[in-house]
This record gives sequence, C-alpha cells and structure tokens, in this order.
Amino acid sequence: MSEAFAAPDPKELRDHQIGGPELTARLARTWGTKRGLIGALSTVDHKIIGRRYIITAFLFLFLAGLAAVAMRLQLARPESRLIGPDLYNQLFTMHGTTMMFLFAVPVMEAFAVYLVPLMVGTRNIAFPRLNAFSYYVYLFGGLLIWVAFMLNIGADIGWFGYVPLSGPEFSPGKRADIWAQMITFTEVSALAVAVEIVVTVLKQRAPGMTLDRIPLFVWSVFVTSFLIIFAMPAVMIASTFLILDRLIGTHFFNPAEGGDALLWQHLFWFFGHPEVYIIFLPATGMVSAIITTFSRRKTFGYLALVLSLIATGFLSFGLWVHHMFTTGLPQLGASFFTASSMMIAIPNGIQIFCWIATLWDGRPVFRTPLLFVLGFFFIFVAGGLSGLMLASVPLDTQVHDTYFVVAHFHYVLIGGAVFPLLGAVYYWYPKIVGRLMSERIGCWHFWLAFIGFNLAFFPMHITGLMGMPRRVYTYQPEMGWDNLNLLSSVGALIFFFSFVVFLWNTITSARSGSLSGDNPWDAGTLEWATSSPPPPQNFDRIPVVTNREPLWAEREMLPVAAGLSVENRELIVSTVSEARADLREASPEPSIWPLLAAIATGITFISSIFTPWAVVWGSCIVGVMLIGWFWPKGSKEDEE
Amino acid sequence: MRLRPVGILLLVFPLTGCNGWQSALDTHGPGAGSLETLFWIFLGVLATVWILTMLALVASLRTRRRPHADPLSEDPAANRQMTGTVGALVAATAVIVLALTGFSYAYQKRLMGEQDGTLTIKVTGQQWWWQVEYEDPQPSRTFTTANEIHIPVGEPVRLKLESSDVIHSFWVPSLIGKTDNIPGRQNVLELQADREGIYRGQCAEFCGWQHAHMGVLIIAKPKAEFESWRNQQIASASPASDDERKRGEQVFFTSPCIMCHSIRGTSAGGKVGPDLTHVGSRLTLAAGTLQNTRGNLAAWIVDPQRIKPGANMPLIQVEPRDLNALVSYLEGLK
Repeated sequence: MSEAFAAPDPKELRDHQIGGPELTARLARTWGTKRGLIGALSTVDHKIIGRRYIITAFLFLFLAGLAAVAMRLQLARPESRLIGPDLYNQLFTMHGTTMMFLFAVPVMEAFAVYLVPLMVGTRNIAFPRLNAFSYYVYLFGGLLIWVAFMLNIGADIGWFGYVPLSGPEFSPGKRADIWAQMITFTEVSALAVAVEIVVTVLKQRAPGMTLDRIPLFVWSVFVTSFLIIFAMPAVMIASTFLILDRLIGTHFFNPAEGGDALLWQHLFWFFGHPEVYIIFLPATGMVSAIITTFSRRKTFGYLALVLSLIATGFLSFGLWVHHMFTTGLPQLGASFFTASSMMIAIPNGIQIFCWIATLWDGRPVFRTPLLFVLGFFFIFVAGGLSGLMLASVPLDTQVHDTYFVVAHFHYVLIGGAVFPLLGAVYYWYPKIVGRLMSERIGCWHFWLAFIGFNLAFFPMHITGLMGMPRRVYTYQPEMGWDNLNLLSSVGALIFFFSFVVFLWNTITSARSGSLSGDNPWDAGTLEWATSSPPPPQNFDRIPVVTNREPLWAEREMLPVAAGLSVENRELIVSTVSEARADLREASPEPSIWPLLAAIATGITFISSIFTPWAVVWGSCIVGVMLIGWFWPKGSKEDEE
Repeated sequence: MRLRPVGILLLVFPLTGCNGWQSALDTHGPGAGSLETLFWIFLGVLATVWILTMLALVASLRTRRRPHADPLSEDPAANRQMTGTVGALVAATAVIVLALTGFSYAYQKRLMGEQDGTLTIKVTGQQWWWQVEYEDPQPSRTFTTANEIHIPVGEPVRLKLESSDVIHSFWVPSLIGKTDNIPGRQNVLELQADREGIYRGQCAEFCGWQHAHMGVLIIAKPKAEFESWRNQQIASASPASDDERKRGEQVFFTSPCIMCHSIRGTSAGGKVGPDLTHVGSRLTLAAGTLQNTRGNLAAWIVDPQRIKPGANMPLIQVEPRDLNALVSYLEGLK
C-alpha cells in the first residue's frame, strides 16, 4: 500500500486512493458485464449467473408441477382413462427427475452462487468461468430430457431408474439413455458449483470472518458442497455402468452374466440419501437466516447448529440401506441402518430446538418469510417424525413403496426445503431486485400453499396404509381409495394455484413493488451491507468483520479493508480459519469459452447416447475448447 | 361388452374407513398384526412429540415480550437457562429415539424368527402377473397356478420369492409386510392367516407399464378345504365333454394360445404365460384386473391391450363363433 503517496497511475489505481461515486463507477466498469448478446453469454458475474440459475430452476419446478397436476387428474378417479400407462410412467419419471436433479439441488446451489460471495464479503465466486460453464451444462441437461419428453421419448423408468427395468432388455430404445445422460450433465454442473462454494468459503472470506463468524446459511451450503463432492461420484458410477450396459453390452447389472441388480440400488442410494440432505441442509441455512432476522435476536446455539449441520452431513452417508429394507438383506445389517437412520433425528432435533429458542428469546416480526418458516416447522416436523417409521425395518416393510412414503417425503422435501426456499425468495428478493414483494399477495400465497399442500399430501398417509402402492397409473374402484385420492387431487390443484399466485407476485413486484432500500429487514449479515441490487463489484471496499452479525454490531459504519486494484479484477484471499487477509488475487475476466466448452460437452454427452465413439471425438472437441479457455493471456501480475 | 370389475368380492369384505381387503390397518395374520401394533406405538409417541413441539413453537411466538434493545446483547442467566432447556429436550429426543429403536428391534426379532412353514410355495413375479408353484417332496404333487395363492388357515406358509424379469415386490398388507422379488436372487417370506378370507395383495415395486394391474389373492381356508383344493389343482385338466367345449379345445390348440400357455394333461406346454390348467376355478383374470366371468374372459381374449395396455398377451384373431367355444372350453377348466 506504499503507492498511496505517489501520484495515482490509472493502471495502478487502488481503492483507497479515490472514493465515493467515482470509486463505485470505476469498479462497476472493471467488474461489469459487457452489453449485447456476446457480453451476456460471456459473463462471469456470480449474481447474473445465480439469477439465471434461480429462474431456470423455478422454470423446471413449474414444468415438474404441471406433470404432477396431470398425474393427480389421472388419479382423481379410479380406472380413469385420461392418461395411459406409457404417458403416466413418463410423467412420474419426469416429475421426480426434474424435482430432484433439475430443481431442488440446482435451486439451492443457485441461491448459494448468488448469496455466498455477498455473505462472505468478496467480489466474485471462486472459479467464475467454471460457474458459467456449470450453468450452461445444467441448462443443456435439463433441455435434453424435456425436449426428449416433448418428442415422446421421455424416460419412463422412474427417477431411481432401477435395473433391470432400465437395462437393455426391458427398456429398449433411447429413453433410459437420455435419462442416464441427463444425470451426467447435472452431476458435472453440481460438482463444479460445489467446488466453487468450498473454495469461496475457505479462501475468500472478508478479513475478520473467522470460522465462528460465518453466517449459518454459508455454513449450510459449505457442508452441502462436501456432501455433493462425496455423494455424486456414486451416482456418476451407477449411471455410467448403466450406459455401458446399454450401449456396449457390459453386464454390471445383469445377474445372468454375473452382474447384480442390487448393486445399482446400493450405488444409487449411496448418492440418493445424501441427496435428500443436499436439498435439506441449505434450507436449514435459510431458516436460520430468516429466524434470526425476524426474531431481531442473534441465533441461539450457533455452535450447536453448525455441529448439527456437520453431524447430519456425516450421518447422511450411513443411511442409504433404509431404502432397501425389503430387498432381503441380512437382518443384523438392516438393524444397524435402523439405528443410524433414527440417530439423524438428534441433530435435526437440536436444530429445531435452537430455532424455537431463538424465536423465544426475540420478538418475532410476522412478515411473509417468517410465515413460510412457521409453515416449515408445522410440515417438516411431521415429515421428519413419520421418517422414523420408515427407519424401522419391520414398519418399513408395510409402508415402503406406498403412498405413505410419497406423503412422508413430500412432507420432508416440500415442508423441509420448498417452504424455507419460498421464504428465502420473499426474504432475498429485495436484495436481488431492489423491490419488496407484495406482503398481501404473499400472505395469500402462503395460506393457499399451506392448505393446498396438507390437503394434497396428508390423505396420502392413509391411502398408503390402506394398501395403495406408489407409481400406479390407476387403481380399481373396489379398493376404496377413490375419495382420499380425489381429496389429494383437489389439494394438489390448490397447491399448484398457490404457485401461480407466487409467480404473479414475483412478476408484478419486479415492476411495481415498493423500493426496498439496502437493508429492508434490518438484517445483520453482509449481503445487506451493499446496495440492493448489488453493483457488479458487490462492495466498493471489502468489509472487515468484527461480529457474526456485522451490521448489528457496527450500526454506524462497517470497517473496511482497502488496497485492491480499481482497474483490474482483484479480490482478497484470506486464511482458512482466521480469515486474515493474505493475498491479492486476480479474478478471471468474462469469457465466451465456458459457453463453447459447455456446448462441446453437451454434444459429446448427447452423441454418446448413440455411439460410444462420440466419447473419443467429443473429448477432442472439448479439449480444443478447454485449450482456448485456459490459453495464457499474460495478465499484469504474470508479467511482474 | 362392459368390463365388470371384481366388485363381487366386495360382498365378502365390506369396506369402511381403514378397513379393506388390502389394508395394513385391517390385519388378519400374526405378522401384519404385530406390525399394526408397532405402527400404533410409533404413531402415539410421534404424534405426542409433534404436538408438544408445535405447542413450544406457538409459545415462542408470543409477541408481548419487550424486544431486546440490542439484538446482540448478552444475558448470561437467561442463556444458561435456555441452554439447560434445549439440552434437556435434546436428551429427551435421544431417549425417545433409543426407545423406538428398541421397539423396532424387538418386533423385528419376533417377525423374522425361525422359519417353520410346512407348506412351501414359490412365487415368481413376472411382467405383470404372479406364477405360483406349490412345492412338495413328491414331484407328482407339485403344481403350478397363477395370481391366486390358497393357504390353510392358522398355519405358517413359506413363500420363496423370485423374479423372471425385473424387480417386483410381493405385498399382502393385511397378512405381512412386503419383500422384493429380485432376478438372480431368492427371498423367503413367511406368512400366516388367522381367519378365513380373501386377502388382496399387489406388486409394490415399479415394474413397467402394468405395475398397477399386478394383483394377487391369498385365499385362506380350513385345512380340509385347502387339501381338497390342492388335490383338485394337482389333477390334470379334465378333457372336454360336450361339443361346444370340444370345439373350443380345438380352437385353443390351433391358435397361438398354446405358444405361451400350459394346460396340464394336454399338449399345450407354453411357459411364457400363466398356467391355464384350472383357470376356470380362479376368482380373477389378468392378475386381479377382472372378475372371472364369461364376459370378462371373452373380452380379455379379444382385446387384452385395451384392458391392460402393454401386457405381453398379444392380440389374436378369433372368429366370434370360435370365441364362444373357446370361452366355454376355458371356463370349464375348473
């Protein structure tokens, strides 16, 4: 920082040498995204990519919701001829696959991509070009499976794709290949984002944000990213084996040739159970953020909450067999998984009690985000408790693969993840858009969603116990399931309608919502320390953190760190645990190469559905794109 | 032709509320019975926990308290008290979890005890029906049937569960929980009915197009009745006596039917579809899809793909007058 005394050379200009609007404008020019189509496609701004991610994920939510409505219309009456078995099987496969792979995981990562750099006080996410690449790969994967569905070659093997039903013998054609390849796309993008989050959280925190000052939402997506890194390879192996079995005639899953049908289930659920927590943990971070802000009180039991997150992360890898209790596993082994599945109730219990304690200690302000969090408690606690029934080996033999399970996991996933997520949208919308969403419509939205959800899913507990299996396209009138199913269908329509209300609210509020100002909720975390919406550089000067809730601790003005270049993209790299400012590091410029590399990757993946040789020549194209991407440009720092 | 469902079976089992012939809460065997007890224990405990949690939540929302002037202010005494409360609640959670695990384990031990079934039946799941083979040390007393399992009341029965294609799951909720039929493996399930009656089951693992229409009936009857049923099933098909049935037999043997179906005592030996030796004695057709009546049988033969789209039974050309004869022949296979 010695050059402070010299006359500022424009190329050497640092952020302590100028200030006010000039600094803001210059930084915005340095960090901004160019106008025009190429500019938009080249952007590496985590906020722009995060916004695209969020909107795309909600678009997939809408499509998957439509599939659900179609299924509920079919099931409203017994022996309905509205939808045949072929279409129905495609619909529930698309619904499950889209919700899990194209909505739930990406939307959580999308919020992380948008919020984490703001919450930890840095200027961009780590590996911003990889971030752009991951979005395009995700988009192509989603388009692949939905375009296939529109062409009537949608997957019809369920989101779990059990072999041998998904194998070459029982799923001829390309439907299962398209499904398996879509998994590859989403894996690549999810892993890329996970790595970015881990590095951003470990190395780019604002000075002073020691480990025990990291916001709980950031902790939650940090732990989640590790779950992704360890869980995704299992499903990557599984889907690759499946593609190999189907495309080049290997026999990983063929019992007639020494393969094993259960191998798939182990690999799939070794991913599939952590997947649930990959969706749920970020939602707990959202709950923590919303409860703290609207209780006007620091979070009770911060350490306990962080440790619960980590414990849940570890335990989530020890539960996968509870999806397989009916496959005839040895009893002793199965009992172990009962115990481990039950045990996860303890860290979840800790979280629930700490949140209630925070509410107890503060004075709750009832705005829409908090309403959704209260809905979360009501629904999620019920779903979590019914999960204990599924954890019991004997009870599971009655409820496994019935509508009871459908009820359970919608209580857990919608209650545990979607309600907090909707709360999060109401909470962070002003940050992203600069305007508040309508409280009046938000209230309507909440009650419609809450009533519609419970009306749709509560009766399913009973239909399941009355013997209705999952994934049936119809049922006979004498089974006595018709009234409960009709009730579920009515509830599902109301629930869907609540999302239409939500969509309306987001669109109208973007234009005519009241201006929010920088910190409309009087929240304490760093993302509210900058303007809403944030400028391209996020912060004019990097804040220095002195407390877990910096904006509550420093009411007057945040202390800042200075010395970063104004004309070059530079950010602070800090130490892992103490978050002491360590280095000034260059952050990549916008580039079109990530898009080109994603296109090449997409061509490779899609062509390899049809010929194994696509992997060979496809890799060459991807290689060329990556060479272009990483071609050394000789930055100023390199020359020094 | 109207497709009448198996409604007549309803006369045997009136459906009210959670009662049903395929309900886990209307149990008629020791296995499902203890599972039902375990279910109510869990439900009782868990519902109590849920209600208490919700009460705590509501209590925490009282807004009459004065807000803290500074949201970060420390109040060590209150904090200690709160820590104690939360700690106690977590401890209570642990105790409850431990207790439920214990209950679960105790019932599991009881259910999965020694297998002492005297009667052994191999049940093979196929797309989309169940092949049922009664085993016996004497080869001449073994026989094959489909979609209907008759058992003696009050006796444990061993089911060997296999699959010839994809994964299925055998589930008769009012008697016992489900176990999967997995290709390349054999699972054993013990089942017992304490009361006479007809209990319906259904495939519980998604297995393709007609997963929804893959029903199975367990028919529990007194030992003597069961033995006479078994003897009747062991016997080969009785040859057609009247002219109409003779002509039907001829239609059967000159049509593609024999490619897939067996009728013991005749030259029909196909193994792809269900064994038809005593098809006339069964209550349902097409794996619990249709009540076994003359009309339904004819409808099923004429257009199986309308009733069960995707089923492996192909469309075959049968002249209307031949159809009558064919139906008479099959109906007579008691």
